Parts: sequence; C-alpha cells; structure tokens
Amino acid sequence: MSDLTRLTLKAAVDGLKAKAFSSEEITRAFVANIEAANPTLNAYVVTTPDKAIDMAKASDARIAAGTAGALEGAPLGIKDLFCTEGVQTTAGSNMLRGFVPPYESTVTSNLWRDGAVMLGKLNMDEFAMGSSNETSAFGPVVNPWKSKNSNADLTPGGSSGGSASAVAADLCLAATASDTGGSIRQPAAFTGTVGIKPTYGRASRFGMVAFASSLDQAGPITRTVEDAALMLQSMCSFDVKDSTSLDIPTPDWSASVGKSVKGLRIGVPREYVVDGMPAEIQALWDQGVAWLRDAGCEIVDISLPHTKYALPTYYIVAPAEASSNLARYDGMRFGHRAENTKSLTDLYETSRAEGFGKEVQRRLTIGAYVLSAGFYDAYYVRALKVRRRIAEDFDNVWDQVDAILTPSTPSAAFAIGDKQIDPVTMYLNDVFTVTANLAGLPGISVPAGIDSNGLPLGLQVIGKALDEATVLQVGAALEQAAGGVGKAERWW
Amino acid sequence: MAIDAETVRKVAHLARIKTPDDRLEPLAGELNGIMAWIDQLNEVDVVGVEPMTSNVAQPLRLRDDVVTDGAKVEAVLSNAPKSADGFYVVPKVVE
Repeated sequence: MSDLTRLTLKAAVDGLKAKAFSSEEITRAFVANIEAANPTLNAYVVTTPDKAIDMAKASDARIAAGTAGALEGAPLGIKDLFCTEGVQTTAGSNMLRGFVPPYESTVTSNLWRDGAVMLGKLNMDEFAMGSSNETSAFGPVVNPWKSKNSNADLTPGGSSGGSASAVAADLCLAATASDTGGSIRQPAAFTGTVGIKPTYGRASRFGMVAFASSLDQAGPITRTVEDAALMLQSMCSFDVKDSTSLDIPTPDWSASVGKSVKGLRIGVPREYVVDGMPAEIQALWDQGVAWLRDAGCEIVDISLPHTKYALPTYYIVAPAEASSNLARYDGMRFGHRAENTKSLTDLYETSRAEGFGKEVQRRLTIGAYVLSAGFYDAYYVRALKVRRRIAEDFDNVWDQVDAILTPSTPSAAFAIGDKQIDPVTMYLNDVFTVTANLAGLPGISVPAGIDSNGLPLGLQVIGKALDEATVLQVGAALEQAAGGVGKAERWW
Repeated sequence: MAIDAETVRKVAHLARIKTPDDRLEPLAGELNGIMAWIDQLNEVDVVGVEPMTSNVAQPLRLRDDVVTDGAKVEAVLSNAPKSADGFYVVPKVVE
C-alpha cells in the first residue's frame, strides 16, 4: 500500500475491514505526517498520538473479532470546539487554555461509538469567530495550497481552518467542524475539500463550545462527497441533552451519493450575483449550471430578494447570542481568572479582557450594544424579523426547485493578513453561506474548479430542511462533473 | 446613530470587558463602521412580521422533573481556577 494517508475515508474504512492494512499502521502514518507538517501548517493545537495508537489497537481487535463499526479504525481530527474527555479543549481561546473537559461531546461520542480514532484537536478562530483562522490564540493555520504567483502563506479560511487544512494536507482522513455563518463551507472551498452543514437540529450541540446557539451546527470536512455522507451519518443523532435536537431518524445518506440527478430542479438565485464578484467565480457558477443541465437537471431562475440583508442580520443575531453565551466566562468556575483585582466587577472585567482576543471582544461589545435598553427593538428584534423574511424567501421557492446552486465564497483563499484592514471586509466572506444558517437549511461546498492562480474554488448546494439527501446527491454530481481539483503540492 | 467613546465605555462595561481609555475612540470608530453597514436593515419592510427566534419547528420537549445526573463534585470542580473542600474559592466580594 503506497500512501495510506492519501486515501479517502471510504477507501480507508473498506481497506481496514478487508484487513489490507491495520488501523495502527494508518494511524502511525498520520502521526508521522502531523509531526512533520504541524510546525509549518499549525493545524493541530493538541496532538494525542498515544491515545490514537491505543484507540487504533482497540479498533484492530474489533476488526479481528468481526465487530467493526461504520468508521472502525479511521483516524480523524477533531475541531477544538468539541469537548473531548480528558483532552484540552479551548475553542482557540486563551480564556480556555488548560481547560480539560470531564465529559465528551455527543458528536465525538458518536464517532468513537462507530470506531473512529482521534489524532488530536484542530486549530480554529477563537470561539469560531472569524473567517481566516487569524483570531486563534494559537496563531493562524496555513493553507497547504499556494498561489502560482506568490510564495505568501494563504489562509485556509475559518473558523474551521485547522480542520480544512488538516484534511487537505493529509493530516487526518476527515475532520469534524462547525458552521455558524459558513465556518465549514468557506474553509472547505479554500482548501479543495468537501464540507457539509446539516439541517439545524440534526447534530447535537451538547459538548460543543457555544457561539450563537440558534445558528451553530456541526458537520464534517472530508475529501469526497461520499466521505461527507458517511461521516455526517455517524455525527448526527437525536440527543435529549440538546433541547433543539430533532427527534427523527438519521437517513442512510451514503445511498444518495451517485444517484442520478436527472429531472431535479435546480434554482439559481439572481441575488447571489454580488458587486465586485470576480469573473472567475461567475464563470465557475456558470460551469456548475452547465454541468447540472448536462446531467439532466432543470435549471430554474429564482429570486431570494432578502439575500443582501443576510450578513447584516447575522452580525446582530450572532453577536447578541454570543454576548449571552459567553457571559459564562466570568473567571469563577472555569476559564481564565485575573490576578490582583480590586473588586468583583474588576475581576470579571479584567479576566474577560485578558482571556478574550480582539475579535471576540469586538463581537461581545456589538452584542451588548444591540441588546441594550433603547436599542433592543431597533436592532435585535428588527434583525429577528428580517431573519424570518430571509427564511421565507427559501420557503417561497421550494415549490419550484429541489435544491439551489451558488458559489461557496466570493473569492479564492487570500493571504494571511490581507483582510484585517476592517472587520466588514472580513465579514463579507460569508455572503453566500450565511443564509443557510439563518434559515437552518443544509448546505454543502464541493471543490469544482481551479482559478488562474492555481487555487481551488467551491460550489455550494443548499437544500430544503431535512433534505441532506438531495444536497449530497447534487454535490456528488458536481464533484463527478468537475473531475476533482487535485491536491496541494507538498512544500511543507 | 453615531457611537461615541462614552457609549463604548458604557457598552464595554455591560459586556464586562475592561477597556482602557485609549481604546475607546478606536473602538467607537470600528463599531460605527459596522453599525453603519448594519443600518441597511432599516430598508426592509418588517411590518407584521413575527420575530424568528428559532429554526426548529417542533415545540421544546418536556421531560419528567427528576434528577438524572449529579454527585460529580470532583468533575465539576476539576477546572476551577481555585477550589477547596468541594467548594469554589473566589476572592472576597463582600467588605
């Protein structure tokens, strides 16, 4: 077997079951890759090689005994947002440096139940607030892809930048990620990987460090759509420990991958043509439309009139919810506590000023502002009303279309440091992804092309609530038509 | 609606984030930029629209009001900045 670390998750699971190689073998190969690459790419904030080898040996024993699970022996990376029992979980923040959860998140519990192996915890924007991984207290993650014309380090996107970079650079077979405004799909697009956010309520939020609870949803970043279906199926479950968890069965999504898309109606929303969108993004989108038409889909021009209001709505709703969620970091029960403070208020304020980075402080300030007396109705309540308008836009088109095709991002990966000039420029990265969070809909980003600088670009498919099956089906058709975007050449 | 340094001081206090005086003006500038961009929401007609607080159509579940977990003092305190004898230790807050 040549290079086990370059296999798809599906091929690895099949190879393990067929005993073509052992879990210990593939796990050791990943551990070696991580040791060599991580000083440069900074994808992992914690590595757990000993735990990984132990889990791999246990998997090998289960495979030998004929009791293998759906992901038996497959080495995965875990975004540092998921609580992992006995392994530091920080959400990329100094506030939680040294925090070791005494319990396991439901999503990761499901993966271990199915036999997966944990390689370590993956870097991310602090509390998932960012689109470039630059807000992490552990420093930015580097994208394995480089522009043809420059040697500058590029961002893998965010907030799941560590997850995307690790999957693209062969530092795990697949990774968990989370998506509040595009944090799975944008990094996937920037790294030539696949990322899917399921319908809100499919994956339990129990044990996920909270950012904006009405928007946060877990999902995988993988190398193929087939892998995404396989891993998402394991991650999702009904969970009594999450009050918004949906009490419905998780379908067999793998069965949707490879199914013909003939006859499906695909919506192309005219409002997703945004000012200043690069010609290459429009060309990729047109190409996606052509591929689906060739595959027998009916292309329907649709209107989602409130699209332009989605990002400003998000930048009220998400900071408001964060302001409430992150109130728990008060320096008392866990997290950072400042020394030598003069009063209780001083202790709270200094602990939070020391523990939170600049972007988190900025968003908590916005959140407190829009929730404060006198502004609550003008900002927060108005945003919730516009949010309903955005959700209704989607409701109004589902009788005409089965899924919607858009670009994943308004650009390819940019250089680290490039968009720090002003916050709004950075926020605009999520212009195509954030609507699905506000409306709670499933969305996938699939690598679909390479731009003139040699960087990967993604197309997004948005589906009806609970219709991940169609999203995966259309995603797989795009993936097949695109014929793969290849991988970053190893320079690290 | 312009945000001035004094407003930032007030809001930073509401958020319980210590903000040095020399940061108030720059923060006011940033927040004004963000809020000016957000102000486009005023263009949307929201008359009669019910605020959307959740994506989940199902009503919140109820469960029996019984103890389902507990007796984990050690686990609960395991990440405390300071603890003693099964209690959190916090600085003196009452003079």
